Amino acid sequence: MRKRMWIVIALSLLVPGLLLTASCGKKKVQTDTMAPQEDADAARRAEMERQRQSEEAARLKEEALKDEAVRQERMAREQFGNVDVHFEFDSAVLTSDSQALLKKKAAWLKKNSGARALIEGHCDERGTSEYNLALGDRRAESTKTFLVTLGISASRLTTVSYGEEKPIDTGKTERAYAKNRRAHFVLK
Amino acid sequence: MYRQKSHFQNSFPTCNGVVARHKDRPRWWVLKLAEIIVLFAGIVIVILFANTAVCEKSYDYIDITNPYLTKVPLAIPAFKSMTPTEEEAAFARSASALLSETLEFTGLLKLIDPGAFLEDPGESGIVAPDIQFKNWTMVGAELLITGGVLVANDLVEVELRLYDTIKQQLLVGKRYTGQAGDERKIIRRFCSEVIFQLTGDRGIFTSKIAFISTTTGNKEIFTCDFDGYDTVQVTDTKTITLSPAWSSDGKWLAYTDFAKGKADIYIKHLKENRGAVVAKPGISTSPAWVPNQFALAASLSFSGDAEIYLLTGEGKIIKKLTNTWGIDVNPSWSPDGKKMAFVSDRAGTRQIYIKDVETGQEHRLTYDGRLNTSPCWSPKGDKIAYAASEEGRFNIHVIGTDGGGDIQLTYDSGDNESPTWSPDGSLVAFSSTREGVSRIYVMTAYGKDQRRLLTLPGEQTSPRWSLNLTSN
Repeated sequence: MRKRMWIVIALSLLVPGLLLTASCGKKKVQTDTMAPQEDADAARRAEMERQRQSEEAARLKEEALKDEAVRQERMAREQFGNVDVHFEFDSAVLTSDSQALLKKKAAWLKKNSGARALIEGHCDERGTSEYNLALGDRRAESTKTFLVTLGISASRLTTVSYGEEKPIDTGKTERAYAKNRRAHFVLK
Repeated sequence: MYRQKSHFQNSFPTCNGVVARHKDRPRWWVLKLAEIIVLFAGIVIVILFANTAVCEKSYDYIDITNPYLTKVPLAIPAFKSMTPTEEEAAFARSASALLSETLEFTGLLKLIDPGAFLEDPGESGIVAPDIQFKNWTMVGAELLITGGVLVANDLVEVELRLYDTIKQQLLVGKRYTGQAGDERKIIRRFCSEVIFQLTGDRGIFTSKIAFISTTTGNKEIFTCDFDGYDTVQVTDTKTITLSPAWSSDGKWLAYTDFAKGKADIYIKHLKENRGAVVAKPGISTSPAWVPNQFALAASLSFSGDAEIYLLTGEGKIIKKLTNTWGIDVNPSWSPDGKKMAFVSDRAGTRQIYIKDVETGQEHRLTYDGRLNTSPCWSPKGDKIAYAASEEGRFNIHVIGTDGGGDIQLTYDSGDNESPTWSPDGSLVAFSSTREGVSRIYVMTAYGKDQRRLLTLPGEQTSPRWSLNLTSN
């Protein structure tokens, strides 16, 4: 009876022992096969991350470039409208500075083939308003003619003369007069 | 024409058939009220024209073409009130003050200070037998105007007499009837008679001045009477309006306007809603009516260069008047309409030229300086007023149409531009910045008595004097 009891005890110890042994063995096999797989995944992930980051960087860079281009484009457009062509007193002749400026404007117009511009001719206040309307007309026309000779279609350019009616600077100084003698561009 | 002898002894001399019926009544002011109303009902104002019997050509008093003209001393005592009502006394005072002011405006007469007067015609009488002419020559008066007024209900009756105190002679006497508000019209009519007696010219008393003002914030055309009264805004385009030009009859104004976004010419009837627009490519500017014709000159740039064209009153081109490379603007016609002065930069500087429209010949009028502009041909035909820039400042000059006798009329007083003659050629209106902002001023044709014409908010420029207008 006692002998039988010991067998039971031995078995009760052994079976779980075997079971434990068996499970341990299995686990070990599993561990061996999993380890290389996990390394590859991590590497791939890292690679992907690296790629993603570089793509992001490239995208950001591209975006920045695009922003810069847009900014430059905007600046060029603004400059086209904001920078006036200036004239000597009682003259509609384009100075070399004015011609250089108009070449830039022509380049912009070529790049922006849909753009149409109104050229306003303005004068300083000296002389009659009637003469100045005629002089402003001549300034706008000579500006337009120069752009047409640079290859800009005349149909994209219209002119108007405001004479002395719309001064930028209402002062009565030589400096104010010089500012007011201008051809001003307005994009339509 | 009705003719009548002078009867200043016991009747009121008049040149008009309507009121001549009164001439045998020695005391006209005792007419009953009802009688006056019956007689003058419906008459707003009696227009009295020159009668050759009374108004002989005796204008050796003032020669307005004399540059060294001495003003003739004139006394205007307060008018006599015919009935003792306060209303009438007030009217008498204001009418005599207005007469003094209006005659003084001409620059031809020197009004003597009433404080010096030795006699009061209001007490002693307003007709020759009652006047002690010595009392007037003693205070320096060579001319005397007496007046009597009667106010009854809404009607006023004014009789006025101009005397030569040295010859002790009546030069002109008139009686006017009108409504209470006609005071200014009546006084101006008599001023016209006085000036006709003294100069042989009807004067300026029914003329107006058009000008540009920024009163509303935009450049618009305004008009006022010759003496600055009764300012009226004529255009309300809310854009930029420039270069007003009167037709000879004063019924039309032509001007430049930006209503369509650019400088076009508008030809507008002042009372009726009709007119025309000259809207060609480029600018259309500086309209100038041909005297006594429904046609005008204007500078148009549609051909690429601003040239002067002759247009019909409907704005259709009749012909090209100038054809030279360069800007041609600011035409101004000789009174006979045969010649035209204008500004051109054909020689490299802005100068005034004259074109004979019949022969087509052109010649240069101004040679001094680099900027001579705004020519305005005098109504007598012998002179041209213009603005010249010297050392950066504009001044008004007058030059003979033959290029001789150039005289400068303004000095050291800001920029003085846009001269325009009064219809009799005795005065010149112009714009000046002498008090800061540009305003309209008036002076005699020789630069004397420079004074501001009117005060309005904003800046006033480009005055244009009309001829005497018949329907005022």
